[in-house]
Amino acid sequence: MNNNVVFNFNVDGEDFTSAGQASVNVKKNLRQLGISPEIIRRVSIAMYEGEINMVIHAGGGEATVTVEENCIDIVLKDTGPGIKNIEQAMQEGFSTAPDNIRSLGFGAGMGLPNMKRYTDEMKITSEVGVGTTVFMRINL
Amino acid sequence: MKICTMQELLNAKVICNEELLGKHVYSACGSDMMSDVLAYVKDQAVLLTGLVNPQVIRTAEMMDMVCIVFVRSKEPTEQMIQLAKDSGIVLMATDKRMYEACGILYANGLVGNKVKK
Repeated sequence: MNNNVVFNFNVDGEDFTSAGQASVNVKKNLRQLGISPEIIRRVSIAMYEGEINMVIHAGGGEATVTVEENCIDIVLKDTGPGIKNIEQAMQEGFSTAPDNIRSLGFGAGMGLPNMKRYTDEMKITSEVGVGTTVFMRINL
Repeated sequence: MKICTMQELLNAKVICNEELLGKHVYSACGSDMMSDVLAYVKDQAVLLTGLVNPQVIRTAEMMDMVCIVFVRSKEPTEQMIQLAKDSGIVLMATDKRMYEACGILYANGLVGNKVKK
């Protein structure tokens, strides 16, 4: 029997100030499921950084969080401009975010490295002009 | 250290969630770069910042922080105050600059945190 719990969210790309709402909801839902605070924090941070990225670079997208028996999977999918060089994008400090985003406390090239830091697995697939999908897994 | 002790040390004005001033905090982080804050995780409890936008509150919420201190007398917006109320995060403002505010708290025993590798 499949006991997976799945949460789906649309991430609004119009308004940076409201970014993070999906992550807040995930956090509340995981708390209700009795997941440990340390795991919840890791999931929340990884998803929050991903959500911010989708708003900054891709005009929003879709987020799916699946709670399985031994892990929590996060899939972030957008139809934005795509990432030209994923290896370069993963380097701490590399960023293509505009200055107005930097003045809001993001865009320092820490997003993707932070997502990798807090997850056990991370895989990015991207095609320029088509979009980007980020898969992250946190083991329970 | 209790949040109310921090408030006294920084001569700070409490903006919301005054009823939580009795909570204990064990470490702190001072930054205007939210991604840096998200990298320096583990029971930080307090964020000192000069940045004023709703993502400051969300960042603190993701980190399970219980208090945000705005330095240089920065005032949060109504939207930020509402978010903080919903999340149970104490907001306060001090006229001290970041360096001085961090120094006072550190000298009184509120230490920082190691970077998670």
